[in-house]
Amino acid sequence: MAAKSIISRPIYGTLSPQPGKHHLFIADAEGALAITDLAAKAPAGFFGDAHIIFIPGPDGKHVATLEALKPAQFYQGYSFASALPRLKQTLANAHMGLRLYLAGTEGLIGQAMQTALEAGIDHTSMQTEHRGSLARRMQCVHCKGITENVTTQPATCSHCGLLLLVRDHYSRRLAAFQGVCINAEDRSEIPPMEEIFR
Amino acid sequence: MSTGTTKLDVVVSDVVPVNDLVTRFHFRRRDGELLPTFSGGAHVVVEMRDGERTRLNPYSLMGSPLNTSEYTISVRRDDVGRGGSLFMHRSVKPGLEMVISYPVNLFSLDLRAKKHLMLAGGIGITPFMAQTAQLAAEGGNFELHYTCRTASLGTYADTLRERYDRRVRLYHDDRDERIELERVLSSQPLGTHLYVCGPSGMIGWVRDRAAALGWPSETVHFEHFAAPQPGAPFDVTLAVTGKTIRVDEQQSLLEAIEAAGVDPPYLCRGGVCGQCETNVISHDGKFIHNDHWLSEEDHRSGCKIMPCVSRFEGRSLVLER
Repeated sequence: MAAKSIISRPIYGTLSPQPGKHHLFIADAEGALAITDLAAKAPAGFFGDAHIIFIPGPDGKHVATLEALKPAQFYQGYSFASALPRLKQTLANAHMGLRLYLAGTEGLIGQAMQTALEAGIDHTSMQTEHRGSLARRMQCVHCKGITENVTTQPATCSHCGLLLLVRDHYSRRLAAFQGVCINAEDRSEIPPMEEIFR
Repeated sequence: MSTGTTKLDVVVSDVVPVNDLVTRFHFRRRDGELLPTFSGGAHVVVEMRDGERTRLNPYSLMGSPLNTSEYTISVRRDDVGRGGSLFMHRSVKPGLEMVISYPVNLFSLDLRAKKHLMLAGGIGITPFMAQTAQLAAEGGNFELHYTCRTASLGTYADTLRERYDRRVRLYHDDRDERIELERVLSSQPLGTHLYVCGPSGMIGWVRDRAAALGWPSETVHFEHFAAPQPGAPFDVTLAVTGKTIRVDEQQSLLEAIEAAGVDPPYLCRGGVCGQCETNVISHDGKFIHNDHWLSEEDHRSGCKIMPCVSRFEGRSLVLER
Protein backbone atom coordinates (compact mmCIF):
# COMPACT_ATOMS: atom_id res chain seq x y z
CA MET A 1 0.00 0.00 0.00
CA ALA A 2 1.41 3.38 -0.99
CA ALA A 3 2.00 5.79 1.88
CA LYS A 4 0.13 9.11 1.90
CA SER A 5 2.31 12.19 1.59
CA ILE A 6 1.45 15.26 -0.46
CA ILE A 7 -1.93 15.97 -1.97
CA SER A 8 -1.06 15.05 -5.56
CA ARG A 9 0.22 11.63 -4.55
CA PRO A 10 -2.49 9.23 -5.81
CA ILE A 11 -4.46 7.27 -3.24
CA TYR A 12 -5.92 3.97 -4.37
CA GLY A 13 -8.97 2.19 -3.05
CA THR A 14 -10.44 -1.28 -3.23
CA LEU A 15 -12.35 -2.41 -6.32
CA SER A 16 -16.06 -2.86 -5.74
CA PRO A 17 -18.85 -3.70 -8.21
CA GLN A 18 -20.59 -0.55 -9.51
CA PRO A 19 -24.03 -0.25 -11.05
CA GLY A 20 -23.70 -0.01 -14.82
CA LYS A 21 -24.27 -1.67 -18.16
CA HIS A 22 -20.70 -2.55 -19.05
CA HIS A 23 -17.60 -3.11 -16.96
CA LEU A 24 -14.08 -2.60 -18.29
CA PHE A 25 -11.16 -3.95 -16.29
CA ILE A 26 -7.53 -3.12 -16.95
CA ALA A 27 -5.02 -4.94 -14.79
CA ASP A 28 -1.46 -6.15 -14.72
CA ALA A 29 0.24 -8.99 -12.79
CA GLU A 30 -1.12 -9.20 -9.23
CA GLY A 31 -3.89 -6.73 -10.12
CA ALA A 32 -5.70 -9.90 -11.26
CA LEU A 33 -6.25 -10.73 -7.60
CA ALA A 34 -8.11 -7.44 -7.05
CA ILE A 35 -10.49 -8.56 -9.81
CA THR A 36 -11.03 -11.99 -8.29
CA ASP A 37 -11.66 -10.35 -4.89
CA LEU A 38 -14.26 -8.11 -6.54
CA ALA A 39 -15.79 -11.15 -8.24
CA ALA A 40 -16.51 -12.66 -4.82
CA LYS A 41 -18.68 -9.59 -4.00
CA ALA A 42 -20.26 -9.13 -7.44
CA PRO A 43 -23.90 -9.99 -8.24
CA ALA A 44 -24.59 -13.01 -10.46
CA GLY A 45 -24.05 -12.32 -14.15
CA PHE A 46 -21.80 -9.31 -13.46
CA PHE A 47 -19.02 -10.56 -15.77
CA GLY A 48 -21.49 -11.26 -18.58
CA ASP A 49 -21.06 -7.56 -19.52
CA ALA A 50 -17.38 -7.35 -18.63
CA HIS A 51 -14.26 -6.86 -20.71
CA ILE A 52 -10.90 -7.64 -19.12
CA ILE A 53 -7.65 -6.31 -20.55
CA PHE A 54 -4.85 -8.10 -18.71
CA ILE A 55 -1.10 -7.73 -18.90
CA PRO A 56 0.46 -10.64 -17.00
CA GLY A 57 3.81 -10.17 -15.31
CA PRO A 58 6.96 -11.98 -16.50
CA ASP A 59 5.78 -15.13 -14.68
CA GLY A 60 2.58 -15.23 -16.79
CA LYS A 61 0.43 -16.04 -13.77
CA HIS A 62 -3.33 -15.44 -13.19
CA VAL A 63 -4.49 -15.73 -16.82
CA ALA A 64 -6.51 -18.90 -16.19
CA THR A 65 -8.02 -17.43 -12.99
CA LEU A 66 -9.37 -14.43 -14.88
CA GLU A 67 -10.61 -16.52 -17.82
CA ALA A 68 -12.52 -18.64 -15.31
CA LEU A 69 -14.64 -15.56 -14.45
CA LYS A 70 -16.03 -15.93 -18.02
CA PRO A 71 -15.98 -12.26 -18.99
CA ALA A 72 -17.71 -11.35 -22.27
CA GLN A 73 -14.26 -10.38 -23.61
CA PHE A 74 -10.80 -11.30 -22.38
CA TYR A 75 -7.65 -9.83 -23.89
CA GLN A 76 -4.11 -10.64 -22.90
CA GLY A 77 -1.45 -8.07 -23.80
CA TYR A 78 2.33 -8.22 -23.73
CA SER A 79 2.72 -4.70 -22.36
CA PHE A 80 0.61 -1.63 -21.68
CA ALA A 81 1.86 -0.17 -24.96
CA SER A 82 0.65 -3.23 -26.88
CA ALA A 83 -2.75 -3.11 -25.15
CA LEU A 84 -3.19 0.64 -25.66
CA PRO A 85 -4.73 0.60 -29.17
CA ARG A 86 -7.36 -1.87 -27.95
CA LEU A 87 -8.07 0.26 -24.86
CA LYS A 88 -8.43 3.42 -26.96
CA GLN A 89 -10.71 1.68 -29.44
CA THR A 90 -12.86 0.28 -26.64
CA LEU A 91 -13.25 3.70 -25.00
CA ALA A 92 -13.96 5.42 -28.32
CA ASN A 93 -16.88 3.08 -28.98
CA ALA A 94 -18.19 3.03 -25.41
CA HIS A 95 -21.33 4.70 -24.09
CA MET A 96 -22.17 6.25 -20.76
CA GLY A 97 -22.87 3.37 -18.42
CA LEU A 98 -19.41 1.86 -18.91
CA ARG A 99 -17.59 1.55 -15.58
CA LEU A 100 -13.83 1.40 -15.38
CA TYR A 101 -11.77 -0.65 -12.91
CA LEU A 102 -7.96 -0.33 -12.78
CA ALA A 103 -5.81 -2.69 -10.74
CA GLY A 104 -2.14 -3.47 -10.43
CA THR A 105 1.03 -1.42 -10.49
CA GLU A 106 1.03 2.35 -10.24
CA GLY A 107 2.42 2.67 -13.76
CA LEU A 108 -0.46 0.63 -15.20
CA ILE A 109 -3.13 2.43 -13.18
CA GLY A 110 -1.67 5.82 -14.06
CA GLN A 111 -1.38 5.19 -17.80
CA ALA A 112 -4.82 3.59 -18.10
CA MET A 113 -6.26 6.53 -16.13
CA GLN A 114 -4.52 9.00 -18.43
CA THR A 115 -6.11 7.33 -21.47
CA ALA A 116 -9.52 7.23 -19.80
CA LEU A 117 -9.29 10.91 -18.80
CA GLU A 118 -8.70 11.78 -22.45
CA ALA A 119 -11.81 9.77 -23.31
CA GLY A 120 -13.82 11.96 -20.90
CA ILE A 121 -14.05 9.83 -17.74
CA ASP A 122 -13.51 11.80 -14.53
CA HIS A 123 -10.75 10.33 -12.36
CA THR A 124 -13.14 10.23 -9.41
CA SER A 125 -15.47 7.99 -11.45
CA MET A 126 -12.85 5.24 -11.81
CA GLN A 127 -12.28 2.41 -9.37
CA THR A 128 -8.60 1.79 -8.60
CA GLU A 129 -6.70 -0.73 -6.50
CA HIS A 130 -2.96 -0.92 -6.14
CA ARG A 131 -1.42 -4.42 -6.17
CA GLY A 132 2.11 -5.56 -6.72
CA SER A 133 5.18 -3.50 -7.45
CA LEU A 134 5.63 0.10 -6.26
CA ALA A 135 7.89 0.85 -9.24
CA ARG A 136 7.26 4.35 -10.56
CA ARG A 137 6.90 6.03 -13.92
CA MET A 138 8.99 9.18 -13.62
CA GLN A 139 9.23 12.29 -15.74
CA CYS A 140 12.52 14.19 -15.68
CA VAL A 141 11.52 17.85 -15.21
CA HIS A 142 14.70 18.91 -17.05
CA CYS A 143 14.60 16.96 -20.34
CA LYS A 144 10.90 15.84 -20.02
CA GLY A 145 11.80 12.24 -20.85
CA ILE A 146 9.86 9.51 -19.06
CA THR A 147 11.68 6.63 -17.38
CA GLU A 148 9.63 3.50 -16.66
CA ASN A 149 9.89 1.16 -13.69
CA VAL A 150 11.97 3.34 -11.41
CA THR A 151 12.73 1.47 -8.19
CA THR A 152 15.59 3.49 -6.72
CA GLN A 153 16.00 6.80 -4.91
CA PRO A 154 17.67 8.74 -6.45
CA ALA A 155 17.26 7.45 -10.01
CA THR A 156 19.10 8.14 -13.24
CA CYS A 157 17.11 9.71 -16.09
CA SER A 158 17.22 7.21 -18.97
CA HIS A 159 17.21 10.12 -21.45
CA CYS A 160 19.56 12.89 -20.25
CA GLY A 161 21.43 10.95 -17.57
CA LEU A 162 20.88 13.42 -14.72
CA LEU A 163 20.62 11.98 -11.22
CA LEU A 164 17.04 12.67 -10.08
CA LEU A 165 15.24 12.83 -6.74
CA VAL A 166 11.95 10.93 -7.32
CA ARG A 167 9.28 13.08 -5.70
CA ASP A 168 5.76 12.12 -4.52
CA HIS A 169 4.53 14.98 -6.72
CA TYR A 170 2.38 13.23 -9.33
CA SER A 171 0.81 14.36 -12.60
CA ARG A 172 -2.39 12.65 -13.78
CA ARG A 173 -1.97 14.35 -17.15
CA LEU A 174 1.46 12.79 -17.66
CA ALA A 175 0.77 9.69 -15.54
CA ALA A 176 4.17 10.15 -13.94
CA PHE A 177 5.97 11.19 -10.78
CA GLN A 178 8.27 14.18 -10.95
CA GLY A 179 12.04 13.66 -10.96
CA VAL A 180 14.23 16.66 -10.04
CA CYS A 181 18.03 16.87 -10.25
CA ILE A 182 19.39 15.94 -6.83
CA ASN A 183 22.88 17.45 -7.21
CA ALA A 184 22.39 20.52 -9.37
CA GLU A 185 24.85 22.59 -7.30
CA ASP A 186 27.67 20.09 -7.42
CA ARG A 187 27.47 17.14 -9.84
CA SER A 188 30.36 15.41 -8.13
CA GLU A 189 28.19 14.94 -5.05
CA ILE A 190 26.64 11.50 -5.57
CA PRO A 191 24.22 10.46 -2.80
CA PRO A 192 23.87 6.72 -2.21
CA MET A 193 21.22 5.02 -4.38
CA GLU A 194 18.74 2.87 -2.48
CA GLU A 195 16.08 0.54 -3.88
CA ILE A 196 12.91 1.81 -2.20
CA PHE A 197 10.06 1.45 -4.77
CA ARG A 198 9.78 -2.32 -4.87
CA MET B 1 -27.16 39.60 3.51
CA SER B 2 -26.28 37.55 0.51
CA THR B 3 -22.82 36.06 0.82
CA GLY B 4 -20.35 37.76 -1.46
CA THR B 5 -23.00 39.36 -3.62
CA THR B 6 -23.35 43.01 -4.33
CA LYS B 7 -26.65 44.39 -5.46
CA LEU B 8 -27.39 45.73 -8.92
CA ASP B 9 -29.65 48.74 -9.45
CA VAL B 10 -31.67 47.94 -12.55
CA VAL B 11 -34.66 49.21 -14.47
CA VAL B 12 -37.23 46.99 -16.16
CA SER B 13 -36.65 47.64 -19.86
CA ASP B 14 -39.31 45.33 -21.27
CA VAL B 15 -42.11 42.99 -20.17
CA VAL B 16 -43.13 40.37 -22.76
CA PRO B 17 -46.00 37.91 -22.27
CA VAL B 18 -44.78 34.56 -23.66
CA ASN B 19 -47.89 32.42 -23.17
CA ASP B 20 -50.83 32.01 -20.77
CA LEU B 21 -48.56 31.32 -17.80
CA VAL B 22 -45.15 32.76 -18.54
CA THR B 23 -43.96 36.35 -18.85
CA ARG B 24 -40.45 37.49 -19.67
CA PHE B 25 -38.79 40.45 -17.94
CA HIS B 26 -35.80 42.38 -19.26
CA PHE B 27 -33.50 44.34 -16.95
CA ARG B 28 -30.85 46.94 -17.75
CA ARG B 29 -28.53 48.80 -15.43
CA ARG B 30 -29.82 52.19 -14.38
CA ASP B 31 -26.40 53.73 -15.03
CA GLY B 32 -26.37 52.39 -18.61
CA GLU B 33 -23.24 50.30 -18.06
CA LEU B 34 -22.91 46.62 -18.96
CA LEU B 35 -24.14 44.04 -16.46
CA PRO B 36 -21.66 41.58 -14.91
CA THR B 37 -20.62 38.55 -16.94
CA PHE B 38 -22.41 35.30 -16.14
CA SER B 39 -22.33 31.70 -17.31
CA GLY B 40 -25.23 29.51 -18.45
CA GLY B 41 -27.21 28.16 -15.51
CA ALA B 42 -26.71 31.23 -13.30
CA HIS B 43 -29.58 32.85 -11.40
CA VAL B 44 -30.23 36.25 -9.86
CA VAL B 45 -32.28 36.97 -6.76
CA VAL B 46 -34.94 39.58 -7.55
CA GLU B 47 -36.08 41.86 -4.72
CA MET B 48 -39.81 42.45 -4.91
CA ARG B 49 -40.99 45.39 -2.85
CA ASP B 50 -44.69 44.75 -2.48
CA GLY B 51 -46.02 47.35 -0.04
CA GLU B 52 -44.86 46.35 3.45
CA ARG B 53 -43.45 43.06 2.24
CA THR B 54 -40.20 42.29 0.51
CA ARG B 55 -39.87 38.97 -1.25
CA LEU B 56 -36.58 37.72 -2.63
CA ASN B 57 -37.03 35.10 -5.34
CA PRO B 58 -34.32 33.44 -7.45
CA TYR B 59 -34.77 33.22 -11.23
CA SER B 60 -32.47 31.69 -13.84
CA LEU B 61 -30.95 34.08 -16.32
CA MET B 62 -32.17 32.92 -19.72
CA GLY B 63 -30.46 35.29 -22.12
CA SER B 64 -27.23 34.56 -23.92
CA PRO B 65 -24.19 34.94 -21.64
CA LEU B 66 -22.59 36.73 -24.60
CA ASN B 67 -25.00 39.63 -24.19
CA THR B 68 -24.58 41.53 -20.91
CA SER B 69 -26.37 44.68 -22.02
CA GLU B 70 -29.47 43.16 -20.43
CA TYR B 71 -30.55 40.27 -18.21
CA THR B 72 -33.72 38.36 -18.95
CA ILE B 73 -35.77 36.07 -16.72
CA SER B 74 -38.99 34.20 -17.39
CA VAL B 75 -41.52 33.90 -14.61
CA ARG B 76 -44.24 31.28 -14.55
CA ARG B 77 -47.37 32.50 -12.79
CA ASP B 78 -48.16 30.38 -9.74
CA ASP B 79 -51.70 31.16 -8.57
CA VAL B 80 -51.37 29.14 -5.35
CA GLY B 81 -47.80 30.12 -4.47
CA ARG B 82 -46.67 32.80 -2.05
CA GLY B 83 -47.41 35.65 -4.40
CA GLY B 84 -43.97 36.45 -5.81
CA SER B 85 -44.81 35.39 -9.33
CA LEU B 86 -48.22 37.12 -9.14
CA PHE B 87 -46.46 40.33 -8.06
CA MET B 88 -44.10 40.05 -11.03
CA HIS B 89 -47.00 39.45 -13.45
CA ARG B 90 -49.30 42.15 -12.07
CA SER B 91 -47.11 44.92 -10.77
CA VAL B 92 -43.87 44.91 -12.70
CA LYS B 93 -44.04 47.22 -15.71
CA PRO B 94 -41.42 48.71 -18.03
CA GLY B 95 -39.65 51.61 -16.32
CA LEU B 96 -39.93 50.17 -12.78
CA GLU B 97 -36.69 50.48 -10.82
CA MET B 98 -35.75 47.23 -9.09
CA VAL B 99 -32.81 45.71 -7.24
CA ILE B 100 -31.37 42.32 -8.16
CA SER B 101 -28.37 40.37 -6.88
CA TYR B 102 -25.20 39.65 -8.81
CA PRO B 103 -25.54 36.39 -10.73
CA VAL B 104 -24.64 33.17 -8.92
CA ASN B 105 -24.26 29.83 -10.70
CA LEU B 106 -25.17 26.64 -8.84
CA PHE B 107 -26.02 24.77 -12.06
CA SER B 108 -23.03 25.35 -14.28
CA LEU B 109 -21.91 23.35 -17.28
CA ASP B 110 -18.93 21.07 -16.79
CA LEU B 111 -16.92 22.24 -19.78
CA ARG B 112 -14.65 19.18 -19.64
CA ALA B 113 -17.60 17.17 -20.98
CA LYS B 114 -17.43 15.85 -24.55
CA LYS B 115 -21.18 16.26 -24.84
CA HIS B 116 -23.96 17.85 -22.79
CA LEU B 117 -27.30 16.04 -22.47
CA MET B 118 -30.03 18.36 -21.16
CA LEU B 119 -33.43 17.31 -19.83
CA ALA B 120 -35.96 20.06 -19.13
CA GLY B 121 -39.48 19.91 -17.72
CA GLY B 122 -41.81 22.93 -17.98
CA ILE B 123 -40.36 26.22 -16.78
CA GLY B 124 -37.17 24.27 -15.99
CA ILE B 125 -36.24 25.21 -19.57
CA THR B 126 -34.92 28.65 -18.53
CA PRO B 127 -31.34 27.80 -17.46
CA PHE B 128 -30.97 25.76 -20.66
CA MET B 129 -31.82 28.82 -22.76
CA ALA B 130 -28.60 30.40 -21.50
CA GLN B 131 -26.57 27.19 -21.53
CA THR B 132 -27.48 26.28 -25.12
CA ALA B 133 -26.64 29.82 -26.26
CA GLN B 134 -23.28 29.57 -24.50
CA LEU B 135 -22.49 26.15 -26.00
CA ALA B 136 -23.71 27.01 -29.49
CA ALA B 137 -21.37 30.00 -29.57
CA GLU B 138 -18.41 27.75 -28.76
CA GLY B 139 -19.37 24.95 -31.12
CA GLY B 140 -20.24 22.78 -28.11
CA ASN B 141 -22.01 19.47 -28.50
CA PHE B 142 -25.42 19.29 -26.83
CA GLU B 143 -28.79 17.59 -27.10
CA LEU B 144 -31.89 18.97 -25.35
CA HIS B 145 -34.99 16.98 -24.44
CA TYR B 146 -37.85 19.22 -23.38
CA THR B 147 -41.13 18.00 -21.90
CA CYS B 148 -44.06 20.42 -21.68
CA ARG B 149 -47.78 20.07 -20.99
CA THR B 150 -49.10 21.33 -24.32
CA ALA B 151 -47.63 22.96 -27.40
CA SER B 152 -49.07 26.34 -26.39
CA LEU B 153 -47.42 26.06 -22.96
CA GLY B 154 -44.12 24.90 -24.44
CA THR B 155 -42.29 28.04 -23.41
CA TYR B 156 -39.60 28.90 -26.00
CA ALA B 157 -40.01 25.51 -27.71
CA ASP B 158 -40.37 27.20 -31.11
CA THR B 159 -37.37 29.46 -30.49
CA LEU B 160 -35.23 26.48 -29.52
CA ARG B 161 -36.33 24.41 -32.52
CA GLU B 162 -35.60 27.33 -34.81
CA ARG B 163 -32.16 27.90 -33.31
CA TYR B 164 -31.00 24.32 -32.88
CA ASP B 165 -33.28 22.21 -35.09
CA ARG B 166 -32.81 18.49 -34.43
CA ARG B 167 -30.66 19.01 -31.39
CA VAL B 168 -33.94 19.77 -29.59
CA ARG B 169 -36.56 17.05 -28.99
CA LEU B 170 -40.00 18.04 -27.73
CA TYR B 171 -42.46 15.91 -25.77
CA HIS B 172 -46.06 17.01 -25.13
CA ASP B 173 -47.95 15.54 -22.18
CA ASP B 174 -51.34 16.10 -23.85
CA ARG B 175 -50.23 13.99 -26.83
CA ASP B 176 -48.92 11.26 -24.54
CA GLU B 177 -45.39 11.80 -25.79
CA ARG B 178 -42.81 10.53 -23.34
CA ILE B 179 -39.05 10.68 -23.42
CA GLU B 180 -37.55 7.20 -23.85
CA LEU B 181 -35.25 7.81 -20.94
CA GLU B 182 -33.64 4.37 -20.88
CA ARG B 183 -32.69 4.59 -24.54
CA VAL B 184 -31.52 8.20 -24.34
CA LEU B 185 -29.32 7.50 -21.31
CA SER B 186 -27.90 4.30 -22.78
CA SER B 187 -26.89 5.75 -26.14
CA GLN B 188 -24.68 8.66 -25.04
CA PRO B 189 -20.98 8.65 -25.88
CA LEU B 190 -18.46 8.34 -23.08
CA GLY B 191 -17.67 11.73 -21.57
CA THR B 192 -21.29 12.99 -21.68
CA HIS B 193 -22.60 15.02 -18.74
CA LEU B 194 -26.31 15.08 -17.86
CA TYR B 195 -28.24 18.17 -16.71
CA VAL B 196 -31.80 18.05 -15.39
CA CYS B 197 -34.08 20.93 -14.43
CA GLY B 198 -37.79 20.60 -13.82
CA PRO B 199 -40.31 19.30 -11.27
CA SER B 200 -38.75 17.36 -8.40
CA GLY B 201 -40.48 14.12 -9.47
CA MET B 202 -38.77 14.35 -12.84
CA ILE B 203 -35.38 15.11 -11.29
CA GLY B 204 -35.71 12.13 -8.92
CA TRP B 205 -36.72 9.80 -11.77
CA VAL B 206 -33.86 10.86 -14.02
CA ARG B 207 -31.24 10.69 -11.25
CA ASP B 208 -32.40 7.21 -10.21
CA ARG B 209 -32.35 5.84 -13.75
CA ALA B 210 -28.98 7.43 -14.51
CA ALA B 211 -27.43 5.93 -11.36
CA ALA B 212 -28.87 2.47 -12.12
CA LEU B 213 -27.55 2.64 -15.68
CA GLY B 214 -24.04 3.38 -14.45
CA TRP B 215 -23.77 7.16 -14.84
CA PRO B 216 -21.22 8.27 -12.21
CA SER B 217 -22.73 10.88 -9.87
CA GLU B 218 -20.06 13.42 -10.94
CA THR B 219 -21.65 13.48 -14.40
CA VAL B 220 -25.22 14.16 -13.24
CA HIS B 221 -26.16 17.80 -12.51
CA PHE B 222 -29.58 18.98 -11.42
CA GLU B 223 -31.39 22.08 -10.28
CA HIS B 224 -34.56 21.97 -8.28
CA PHE B 225 -36.96 24.78 -8.96
CA ALA B 226 -38.15 24.77 -5.36
CA ALA B 227 -39.87 27.97 -4.36
CA PRO B 228 -40.61 28.18 -0.62
CA GLN B 229 -43.98 26.60 0.13
CA PRO B 230 -46.60 28.54 2.08
CA GLY B 231 -47.85 26.98 5.31
CA ALA B 232 -49.39 27.60 8.72
CA PRO B 233 -47.93 30.62 10.59
CA PHE B 234 -45.49 29.85 13.43
CA ASP B 235 -43.42 31.70 16.04
CA VAL B 236 -39.66 31.57 16.33
CA THR B 237 -37.22 32.88 18.92
CA LEU B 238 -33.88 34.12 17.61
CA ALA B 239 -31.54 33.46 20.53
CA VAL B 240 -28.49 35.44 19.41
CA THR B 241 -30.33 38.66 18.63
CA GLY B 242 -32.96 38.11 21.31
CA LYS B 243 -35.94 38.57 19.02
CA THR B 244 -39.21 36.72 18.76
CA ILE B 245 -40.77 36.74 15.33
CA ARG B 246 -43.84 35.39 13.58
CA VAL B 247 -43.56 33.68 10.20
CA ASP B 248 -46.69 34.41 8.19
CA GLU B 249 -48.49 31.92 6.00
CA GLN B 250 -47.08 33.38 2.78
CA GLN B 251 -43.64 34.21 4.16
CA SER B 252 -40.55 32.03 4.31
CA LEU B 253 -38.69 31.68 7.60
CA LEU B 254 -35.68 33.38 6.00
CA GLU B 255 -37.82 36.33 4.89
CA ALA B 256 -39.27 36.65 8.40
CA ILE B 257 -35.78 36.65 9.92
CA GLU B 258 -34.73 39.34 7.44
CA ALA B 259 -37.88 41.38 8.10
CA ALA B 260 -36.83 41.45 11.79
CA GLY B 261 -33.58 43.14 10.76
CA VAL B 262 -31.35 40.08 11.07
CA ASP B 263 -29.20 39.28 8.03
CA PRO B 264 -28.28 35.61 7.71
CA PRO B 265 -26.12 34.64 4.72
CA TYR B 266 -27.93 33.27 1.66
CA LEU B 267 -27.25 32.49 -1.95
CA CYS B 268 -29.90 30.43 -3.73
CA ARG B 269 -33.03 30.85 -1.57
CA GLY B 270 -34.11 27.50 -2.95
CA GLY B 271 -32.76 24.96 -0.47
CA VAL B 272 -29.73 23.79 -2.42
CA CYS B 273 -26.66 25.94 -1.75
CA GLY B 274 -26.33 25.54 2.04
CA GLN B 275 -25.49 29.16 2.86
CA CYS B 276 -28.42 29.86 5.20
CA GLU B 277 -28.03 26.63 7.22
CA THR B 278 -29.10 27.48 10.76
CA ASN B 279 -28.57 25.66 14.05
CA VAL B 280 -31.63 24.80 16.13
CA ILE B 281 -31.11 25.42 19.85
CA SER B 282 -34.36 23.85 20.99
CA HIS B 283 -37.72 22.86 19.58
CA ASP B 284 -41.05 21.43 20.60
CA GLY B 285 -42.88 20.38 17.46
CA LYS B 286 -42.34 19.11 13.96
CA PHE B 287 -40.04 20.35 11.19
CA ILE B 288 -41.21 20.53 7.60
CA HIS B 289 -37.92 20.19 5.78
CA ASN B 290 -38.14 21.12 2.09
CA ASP B 291 -34.44 21.51 1.29
CA HIS B 292 -32.05 19.41 -0.78
CA TRP B 293 -29.00 20.42 1.25
CA LEU B 294 -29.15 18.71 4.65
CA SER B 295 -28.71 14.95 4.92
CA GLU B 296 -31.58 12.75 6.07
CA GLU B 297 -29.64 12.32 9.28
CA ASP B 298 -29.55 16.11 9.77
CA HIS B 299 -33.30 16.24 9.13
CA ARG B 300 -33.97 13.55 11.73
CA SER B 301 -31.61 15.11 14.29
CA GLY B 302 -33.73 18.26 14.67
CA CYS B 303 -30.51 20.26 15.08
CA LYS B 304 -30.50 22.11 11.76
CA ILE B 305 -32.91 23.88 9.43
CA MET B 306 -32.67 25.64 6.06
CA PRO B 307 -34.83 28.74 6.65
CA CYS B 308 -35.11 29.61 2.93
CA VAL B 309 -37.55 26.76 2.19
CA SER B 310 -38.30 24.84 5.40
CA ARG B 311 -41.01 25.47 7.99
CA PHE B 312 -42.10 24.37 11.46
CA GLU B 313 -45.30 23.33 13.18
CA GLY B 314 -45.54 23.22 16.96
CA ARG B 315 -45.18 25.07 20.24
CA SER B 316 -41.71 26.58 20.18
CA LEU B 317 -38.62 26.88 18.02
CA VAL B 318 -35.38 28.58 19.11
CA LEU B 319 -32.74 29.26 16.46
CA GLU B 320 -29.12 30.34 16.74
CA ARG B 321 -29.59 33.64 14.88
